[in-house]
Amino acid sequence: MIAIIDYDAGNICSVVNLLNRLGAEWKLTADKNEIESASHVILPGVGHAAHVMGALRERGLEQTIKNLRRPVLGICAGMQIMCSSSEEGDVECMDIFDCRVKLLEPKPDEKIPHMGWDSLGNLESKLFKDIRKGEMFYFVHSYYAPLCYDTIATCRFGASEPMFSAALRYENFYGVQFHPEKSGEAGEKLIKNFLAL
Amino acid sequence: MLAKRIIPCLDVKEGRTVKGINFEGLRDVGDPVELGRRYAAEGADELVYLDISASREGRSTFLELVGRVAAELNIPFTVGGGISTLQHAALLLDAGADKISINSAAVANPDLISEIAEVYGRQFVVVAIDARQGEDGVWRVTTHGGSRLTDLELFSWAEEACRRGAGEILFTSMNHDGTGNGYPLEVYERLAKLPVPVIASGGAGNASHIADVLEPGRADAALAASIFHYGTLSIGEVKKVLAERNIPVRL
Repeated sequence: MIAIIDYDAGNICSVVNLLNRLGAEWKLTADKNEIESASHVILPGVGHAAHVMGALRERGLEQTIKNLRRPVLGICAGMQIMCSSSEEGDVECMDIFDCRVKLLEPKPDEKIPHMGWDSLGNLESKLFKDIRKGEMFYFVHSYYAPLCYDTIATCRFGASEPMFSAALRYENFYGVQFHPEKSGEAGEKLIKNFLAL
Repeated sequence: MLAKRIIPCLDVKEGRTVKGINFEGLRDVGDPVELGRRYAAEGADELVYLDISASREGRSTFLELVGRVAAELNIPFTVGGGISTLQHAALLLDAGADKISINSAAVANPDLISEIAEVYGRQFVVVAIDARQGEDGVWRVTTHGGSRLTDLELFSWAEEACRRGAGEILFTSMNHDGTGNGYPLEVYERLAKLPVPVIASGGAGNASHIADVLEPGRADAALAASIFHYGTLSIGEVKKVLAERNIPVRL
């Protein structure tokens, strides 16, 4: 059973739809026992980091998640609140990944949000098994996690910009900035890889 | 670097796709879900479903359809057609739409843009603009599918829409739409200065036209209906031409 954390984190139906297409069993839950007994845990997230972090704390789930030893996957804002802090609402986060989430600051000819299909580089994890370097995934975000020791995939916002973390990993915790549930076959492959961990 | 996006647009009336030819292997070209899946498999980067139903029943059918599309499709999709309130947008979001597109209603009530963007984020709001260039050279915004001319000037309206929270601008030239002669490139060069991505629509007759409008400094995405529906071009063929011209695409 896969637990999808239920914490008012915006629209989760695309994650649910993907799991249904893969024939996976899931439950939307904020119950500690159910989360602790799940084989895999997904922390979805669409929305404002301070808001979603607050919603997680209100439900008393921060420590529950940090104590998990089974595979955990944070998606988009779900990934960002697994970092140490975020400039979005200036909030201290779960401090699983060792980096601070910052606002993308576009050059005059660049646009935010960073929205659309972009390619990944430096893939370093079983999460990317059978996914080739340069494969494209669908991103929608205005904040980013800089590169750090936990980075397992990179992406570049604009040709002259530094790379940022497209995916992060620390022990059993994984996070992706992009939306695998909207990333076509490559995204489905990634979720399958996660479920095989 | 972001890929330039190719976006087929499907017109839906009373829950059925209108236009369209017999694709090989497709049982029902009238089924918007099946046609969408086909386009996704061919390499579409996003889809747009436009509700052109006239009746209340047709609108309810469309909402059910959005739920089915969300369940079946593994790429983002935008829905549009007749959205005039925040509540209507909320229903479509809950049904699984990634973005909504508003057009005439945004002209009639510009606050609608900010209302939706404030609640759901600007990435959820596409403002579609249909405009026509007059003999005086001025581009004026039209509504109701190009049938009503307004006093709004295209570029100032596009800027205002962005200020109010539009996350993308979808621009169609009514002078070019349906001609198959290509896009007004100089207009897209001006729109490229907006702080949000711009989708080009209306006028493509071949893959080179699409490549022309997706060159650097022009549009970020191209939307097309007829050329894909009638099988003039496949998405794969368009992307091949783009790649040959070193335009970044998802292959």
